[in-house]
Amino acid sequence: MEEILDTASLVLVLLGALLCITAAIGLLRFRDVPQRLHAATKPQVLGLLLIAIAVALSLRSWTVVFSLVPVVLIQMATAPLSAHMIGRQAYRNGDVQGLVLDELAEEPGHPEIGP
Amino acid sequence: MIDTVLLAAILIAFAVAAALTIVRIVVGPSILDRAVASDVLLTEVLCVLGAEAAINQHVRTIPIMLIIAAVGVFGSIAVARFVARRDQQGDR
Repeated sequence: MEEILDTASLVLVLLGALLCITAAIGLLRFRDVPQRLHAATKPQVLGLLLIAIAVALSLRSWTVVFSLVPVVLIQMATAPLSAHMIGRQAYRNGDVQGLVLDELAEEPGHPEIGP
Repeated sequence: MIDTVLLAAILIAFAVAAALTIVRIVVGPSILDRAVASDVLLTEVLCVLGAEAAINQHVRTIPIMLIIAAVGVFGSIAVARFVARRDQQGDR
């Protein structure tokens, strides 16, 4: 039983590490800031959640679980905040191109899509 | 045996992820790209601390994880506000 739990926690840590790799590849391959934000917010919530579960499975004590819950909750509360600030600033700087629907423009509607 | 393979895979995965993120921090065309990439790097540090606590089975890094999760957001917000102020002065 102990070995099974330890191996399960290692598998969860590996999944979190693979999510980190996914975010890094997305940062390198995507074109502009909102697409990179889309890739970047995956390990911030899901990867950290997987690794917190792995720590709880590995240490097997309620004290650890109750000290990991605020870590995950704080991260879930602050990750959208910073992503929102950066995304809004990227829009105002004009870094965002190829929008299908631009609801933040002066007159909402479909922008002119060139031939 | 399988634990050794998993440990090696975890180490390689974290190393490759951090290296690719540092490449984006160095290359990044705008300061917002660098802010996003440094946010990802901070998250990877958080994940590495948690992974080390899970692998070595100790609790010494959990307070550090709490502090990084609470304070890490201010870097991106500060960069976003700084860019905003500079752009408004440029418009006038």
